[in-house]
Amino acid sequence: MNRISSRHILSISDLMHQDIELILDTADSLKEILARPIKKVPPLRGRTVVNLFFEPSTRTRLSFELAAKRLSADTVSVAAAASSVVKGETLIDTARNVEAMRPDVIVLRHSCSGAPHLMANYVKTAAVINAGDGMNEHPTQALLDLFTVKEHFGRLSGLKVAIIGDIAHSRVAHSDILAFTKMGADVFVSGAATMFPVMIETMGARVVPRPEEAIEGADVVMALRIQKERQGGRSLIPSVREYAAVFGLTSERMRLAKPGAVVMHPGPINRGVEMAPELADGPYSVILDQVTNGVAVRMAILSLILPEDHLTSL
Amino acid sequence: MRPIFLQNARILDPSCDMDEKGHILVVDGKIAGTGGGIAAPEDAVSIDLHGLWAAPGLIDMHVHLREPGEEYKETIETGTAAAAAGGFSAVACMPNTNPVNDSSAVTRFIIERARATGSAKVYPVAAVTKGLKGEELAEFQDLMLAGAIAFSDDGNPVSDPGMMRLALQYATGFGALLISHAEERGLSRGRFLNEGRVSTMLGLSGIPSAAEDIAVFRDVRLAEFVGARLHVAHVSTKGTVDIIREAKAKGVKVTAETAPHYFSLTEDAVIGYNTNAKMNPPLRREEDRLAIIEGLMDCTIDAIATDHAPHSRLEKEIEFELAANGIIGLETAVPLALELFRQSFLSPLDVIRCLSSNPAGILRVKGGSLKAGGDADICVIDPEAEFSVTRENLRSRSCNTPFLGKVLKGRAVLTLLDGLPVHNLLGVVF
Ligand SMILES: [Zn+2]
Repeated sequence: MNRISSRHILSISDLMHQDIELILDTADSLKEILARPIKKVPPLRGRTVVNLFFEPSTRTRLSFELAAKRLSADTVSVAAAASSVVKGETLIDTARNVEAMRPDVIVLRHSCSGAPHLMANYVKTAAVINAGDGMNEHPTQALLDLFTVKEHFGRLSGLKVAIIGDIAHSRVAHSDILAFTKMGADVFVSGAATMFPVMIETMGARVVPRPEEAIEGADVVMALRIQKERQGGRSLIPSVREYAAVFGLTSERMRLAKPGAVVMHPGPINRGVEMAPELADGPYSVILDQVTNGVAVRMAILSLILPEDHLTSL
Repeated sequence: MRPIFLQNARILDPSCDMDEKGHILVVDGKIAGTGGGIAAPEDAVSIDLHGLWAAPGLIDMHVHLREPGEEYKETIETGTAAAAAGGFSAVACMPNTNPVNDSSAVTRFIIERARATGSAKVYPVAAVTKGLKGEELAEFQDLMLAGAIAFSDDGNPVSDPGMMRLALQYATGFGALLISHAEERGLSRGRFLNEGRVSTMLGLSGIPSAAEDIAVFRDVRLAEFVGARLHVAHVSTKGTVDIIREAKAKGVKVTAETAPHYFSLTEDAVIGYNTNAKMNPPLRREEDRLAIIEGLMDCTIDAIATDHAPHSRLEKEIEFELAANGIIGLETAVPLALELFRQSFLSPLDVIRCLSSNPAGILRVKGGSLKAGGDADICVIDPEAEFSVTRENLRSRSCNTPFLGKVLKGRAVLTLLDGLPVHNLLGVVF
């Protein structure tokens, strides 16, 4: 089996085009396992995956746990307090202590951007997978988004992808912009002007102030979760009401999209804010497919990131 | 003590615009003569400095020595040893110690520790406000009598413009100098590096240049209004350079310093979440870096000061957002400043001017000159010597520098403090 070129999965930018192709193809072949009555295969038997979650998460943590279990790996999940300074033990100490117990993979979710990169600099043998760091990246989410879109359309290249929401503070948006543009899609972002990080164009996204312009002719429309309080107690928007009125994804706005377009959301959804209630469950929605595919994509990543001699056959 | 005769050096004395081959005679800790026409007394230690530069002992007007309070990062002893190794014979140390230097007792403590353990002259900068809190003025008169040479809340801005105005106004009564750490916290709080391409790439909240520009503009206008002397610390933006240039043209009594990292590096140094490139103000864009070099070339920026800010691994080997601001600079300043000469931006004499006579003039302290009669504080530089920046080679107690692991060109090879060698790589026995 081919391997991916990067030892850790920290950022989409560390992955080459063919790495992403390989992950998506592998996920495609593994997804079938999830439909079996006995959803377990042996390739990671005897391997250990530690999920270190310094930030609350239900979906991502469950997804990683199930992915590891489906491949027969042993998994342990730890929910830790967020601030290393307050706890007295630094992230590096934690990493070294966890690694001393010889896990093969450490899956890290942390509220600080760059925390997985820091950890990767100090672990010697384990592979580190970024399960979301601050407002930086969430690469496995982007990979499952790619998978879901490719599964639906049969391709990624040439598609128009609209992402609507708080781009500046969304690690999902950050990874999705990098991932979709790398695979040849055109990414348009929209949201309140306070929600764009400076020079976002350098990441490959087109910024449009009106959501209609982003949605028009789009194949994929993704809404991001809106939270009111951001940035030192200052809200980026006057009210959720105004946001919903101007940027909320509605059936009417979706009519601007290309026929057959899909609606995505990284979850959890604030129904009635960034997305009209009927859309999430409507015919456009692939939101639950995203969740299912998350397990398959994470299975693919786990099986590709371990050194080959560690694997028994699928 | 035998006289010292430094011969055949390229003598760089910015106090009298001297750049010529010659000798320096040191007798009893004082400079007895400088120039071509002087001869060595029979009992002198003669040192041939062919190919080397002899300059006034360098003066770093912005360092953090961490004593009292954070001796695990640096002490007055190790910090001044680093100064000597970098060619500096004097440093001005900022008051954000623990306790804060906002009382004559702390000022006297620093001066006494420097006398007992130091390898450089130490000039304490005292706090503008008690506890650096920005609420109540510190006792300027008392602090000056104890030996404070300027006032700054460095590390913090004086956030309230009314308080800054009071401080500047009060200072005029004593002819005291205020050093501004110019930062509008409303724009910088909870942010970690320059706001721009790199902050977006790394998913970190950035500090806009405007946070500095606005604060500098405010302080310059206030100084102009009350007629006070203002010195702007660690200039990092093009906007600041423009504001100071304009103020100087109008006759405002403002001076400014920048640090070597602001003309050597850009925000790119932070890529990879490099906490050794995290400081406040942050590394900026290439156009800011070039504007700062222009500011040095046209004397808008008067001085090069290192903002030497030692931190241990505890503060640096952690998440970028949680890591402390600041890098050490005393031992890398000379090679980085020499790069300005190598790239033909500044003459050797102007490099030395920014590092000696200008800071001396701003702080109104002695030094920055090789004229006969002055203290024999002398720095000898080998512009070709290479310096490998490693933990072992640094005399600072900390090694938080983005230049760690790099080889830099140009180095102080001899530092004399009152005629005594405090740093000596020449292999000469005195
Ligand atoms: Zn400062």
